[in-house]
Amino acid sequence: MEMTVNEIWTVVHGLVFGFIFLLGSSAALYAVFSMRAEWMTAEGLSNTAKLIKVYLWGLALAVWGAVITGTYIAYPLYRARPPEGTTDLSAFPRYLLLSNESTAQWHEFGMEWKEHVAFLAPIAATVVAFVVSYYGPLLAKKVGERRAVMVFFIVAFAAAAIAGLLGAFINKYAPVR
Amino acid sequence: MLKEINKPNGPVSAALLAGGIGSAVLGLVTLAVELIGDGPLKDSLVWYEPSGPLSGKSGLAIIAFFLAWAMLHFVWKDKETDFARISTISFVLLAVGLLGTFPPIWHLLAGG
Repeated sequence: MEMTVNEIWTVVHGLVFGFIFLLGSSAALYAVFSMRAEWMTAEGLSNTAKLIKVYLWGLALAVWGAVITGTYIAYPLYRARPPEGTTDLSAFPRYLLLSNESTAQWHEFGMEWKEHVAFLAPIAATVVAFVVSYYGPLLAKKVGERRAVMVFFIVAFAAAAIAGLLGAFINKYAPVR
Repeated sequence: MLKEINKPNGPVSAALLAGGIGSAVLGLVTLAVELIGDGPLKDSLVWYEPSGPLSGKSGLAIIAFFLAWAMLHFVWKDKETDFARISTISFVLLAVGLLGTFPPIWHLLAGG
């Protein structure tokens, strides 16, 4: 069960930070959706708002952690250039994928999409955390604002899900070791 | 009964619009680099060599997001804004970010 340091960082990026955000998103989305004056008592709204604020900032921090570890630790390992004359590309995932027509699209489409779209997630998640924190239980009476928050959160989730799914597949074909 | 506190929606509009701006910057910078290809623009975005131009693209987007948020919050913090219009603009900018980071769009616009 040994893991290299590089593999550990890849796990931290995807299976810790990314997973926390993706797994926690559905609860957060439902909590915001259910913050309605007609569904909850004032006490219930107040308690939900207090909890959801902390929860949303936690999710926002997790997804910032994912993109920062991804961009500055995992991605450099992925795109490292092999020395001249290298024939075994297994330690150079990007070049390994591009060396074969049948796997090139995992980089040209998969990684190219993943590395960019992922950044929408922390931006959108931060907006959501702020708006919910700002209004607190008052969000229950702000229909337009609540809808806008949900749109942003769905975008955050979608961006993270795309990045996570593509990352999982890419790491299967060309793992960072 | 919820205690009625009149909170202006300015800060919320500021956050949403800033989020849209950050997303759009990411989308447009990414699109520009992909359409222009190798050259001064791409080179100027290599803020951290091991991460290549992604460091600059994402850096610009993050700076745009926080800077826009700070400025808009300062201007709108005590104001009531046209939330419907601002949120619509924000959604459009989010869409720009989503489209600009989608590789098939690059190929479509590059004519390839």
